[in-house]
Amino acid sequence: MIIEDVKIVINQGKQFIPDVTKAVVPAPFRGRPEIDPDLTVDVDALVNCCPVDAISANPISIDMGKCAFCGECALAFPDKIKFTNDHKIASNDRSKLIVKESDVHPITMNPDLIREEIRSFYGGSLKLRQISAAGDNSAELELGACGNVNFDMGRYGIEFVASPRHADGIVITGPISENMAEAVQICHEAVPQPRIVVLVGVDAISGGIFSGSKALDRSFIDKSFIDLYVPGNPPHPLTFINGILDLTRRKKNQ
Amino acid sequence: MNKKYNTSGRLTSIKNQQKISLKDIPVLEYEVFYQEVVQILEDVNNHCLSYYAFPFDNKLKFICAISADEEKEILLLSHELEKPDLPLKSIAGQHLAMHIFEREIHENHGVPFEGHPWLKPVRYAFNRKDRKKMINNYPFYKIGGNELHEVGVGPIHAGVIEPGHFRFLCNGETVLHLEIQLGWQHRGVEALFLEKKKLLQRNLLAESIAGDTAIGHNLAFCQLAEALGDITVDKNLEIERVIALELERMAIHTGDLSAFCTDVAYQLGSAVFGALRTPLINFTQAWSGNRFGKGLIRVGGTNYPLTQELQQKLKGILNDFEKKFTEIAERTFNLPSVLKRFESIGAVSTRQVSLLGGVGMVAKMAGLKRDSRYGQPFGAYRDLKHEPVLLGSGDVYARGMVRKLEVEQSLVIIRNLMEKLNARVAPTQPVPAANLKWAGESIAVSVTEGWRGEVCHIAVTDKQGEISHYKVKDPSMHNWKSLELSLRDLEISDFPINNKSYDLSYCGHDL
Repeated sequence: MIIEDVKIVINQGKQFIPDVTKAVVPAPFRGRPEIDPDLTVDVDALVNCCPVDAISANPISIDMGKCAFCGECALAFPDKIKFTNDHKIASNDRSKLIVKESDVHPITMNPDLIREEIRSFYGGSLKLRQISAAGDNSAELELGACGNVNFDMGRYGIEFVASPRHADGIVITGPISENMAEAVQICHEAVPQPRIVVLVGVDAISGGIFSGSKALDRSFIDKSFIDLYVPGNPPHPLTFINGILDLTRRKKNQ
Repeated sequence: MNKKYNTSGRLTSIKNQQKISLKDIPVLEYEVFYQEVVQILEDVNNHCLSYYAFPFDNKLKFICAISADEEKEILLLSHELEKPDLPLKSIAGQHLAMHIFEREIHENHGVPFEGHPWLKPVRYAFNRKDRKKMINNYPFYKIGGNELHEVGVGPIHAGVIEPGHFRFLCNGETVLHLEIQLGWQHRGVEALFLEKKKLLQRNLLAESIAGDTAIGHNLAFCQLAEALGDITVDKNLEIERVIALELERMAIHTGDLSAFCTDVAYQLGSAVFGALRTPLINFTQAWSGNRFGKGLIRVGGTNYPLTQELQQKLKGILNDFEKKFTEIAERTFNLPSVLKRFESIGAVSTRQVSLLGGVGMVAKMAGLKRDSRYGQPFGAYRDLKHEPVLLGSGDVYARGMVRKLEVEQSLVIIRNLMEKLNARVAPTQPVPAANLKWAGESIAVSVTEGWRGEVCHIAVTDKQGEISHYKVKDPSMHNWKSLELSLRDLEISDFPINNKSYDLSYCGHDL
């Protein structure tokens, strides 16, 4: 009976997040880290506690492109390092993912690196082909969640499509295994120009915990222009959606 | 010691999460090993957890771990080869379920097994014996005839999912046979467990074996490390870990039910089940800072105790979830248009699944009682006397219903455990700061029941207590063949709902 469906719909209420650009992810979510410049710590111990070599010394910095967001450095040095719940950590500039001591500002785009045709072509509609290249299926699930009734990315005209021929770019998850390297290349070439390349998650950006494995072939990343880096392990759906919006939508002050 | 099997001195039996000296596993002549394994596997209550080989003292050492579910024991058998290129009689010739393990040993070490149906490559691992064998040149089954055709799909699929290649042999719209070729996801996980020396690195690796089973795999690793490091954990921690594992199960099952509905074009079910997953994973985030529980499970303690405040929050979320889940599940599983697409679609028989060695959900949907919460109880499950949900029809309906019933079962388990947790006053133990010292020349086996089924990790240590070999088995290893059989004689358009109803792991298989 249709009445049962109506009851279910009423009991569900409104599920969508009204404005994803203003949505807040509550603590203890680990988003953009902050490093206290005034506190002196055992720098070697701090650098060594990181399982993915994301922390550097002189000056102390955390590379969010390498960070697995395990939060262990903040547990070991709670007064030195804090992970804020700021989820807007995507950028088109790899160097902007590196957070230095006393950096407390939001992560932004580098407007000089955004190709003009990206905003003019894709500002109102963007179709993407997702490639899992040895991804562990957590980033893939979060990308899938971007389209669910809560995040509803489709309202901005952003969608994942079945064929690279229908797509404006590719979204890569995973560290890219040797066995997937050729498929990634073929899929990328099948997307019409202009096309964008987005890396989602620590594994795609730097290899993450798989960094150094002999089973990987990351040559595609090394030779490609990357339009957007979306850090996280896996990235939160809001990180991805806001990153794409910031890349493709012209803001009033720009 | 196991009375039923250990009379001969041909094997050693241990409990889940137990370590023993490697020397305590008798090394048998292959003929004796073969007879023993064949005989033990005659009993349907026994199945192979893992069978693998690794270089050891200039020889190739084979370990076979068998789960004896009735006795709650793990039976360990071993044999060694000095010349790994001499042919061995295939156990798969007697028990087909062993086919995948012998294929893996053949691919990695070149051992020929006589009487094996076909020693096809498993995953084209970077350290395979024959580097000339390439993933884009896989030996597929072929079939002749002018009216037949092949359909190849993948490795990249139409959806946001992991890569694998599906080759359909079809007569018109009807699938005669489906063959699934995997390996695209291979990242060299087992080798990395040796290369990455820090405990925390190994935690991160375990969490990423299959990121949708972060709790299941990482718990298997932690229990293994605790067995090798002689670390005991308190009751609180055991309880909290099981709550985390059951939450993972509930969240993925609920998300899967959404995908079931999507694939049969039931839009309301798709939207509502999808929305219902959100509060569960958001709770896991409120607890651990990550929606998949990455960071939650650590060796010997926790950084994120399940506080009173969190327990209250979880109670509220579960109450609301239960109401809404029951409502949409009742509707979905009684809707004729949905049932028409669930019932009798992609059925496999109990015997087929038993022959293939199916575990977890795939076993249970076909009426085979395999669930390590029951067969190899670990942590808080030891006190729970878990009885697995069993169905029998082996079709899409059974695969959906097993999820619905397991979600309901998980609700009961979590509520029951929260009451126990509440009655305890001592705080849950934090992660110990001291370095872990692992026992030397030992082997330990750790089994957990992830949402897909049995996860098994086995580690061997050298004289210094360093890991000298690490073996991971995801339940998908056993279960992919069952999906192939489900597709026989179906229309090719029934593939998506069948694939989704299995929801097997590519990366867990490919490692």
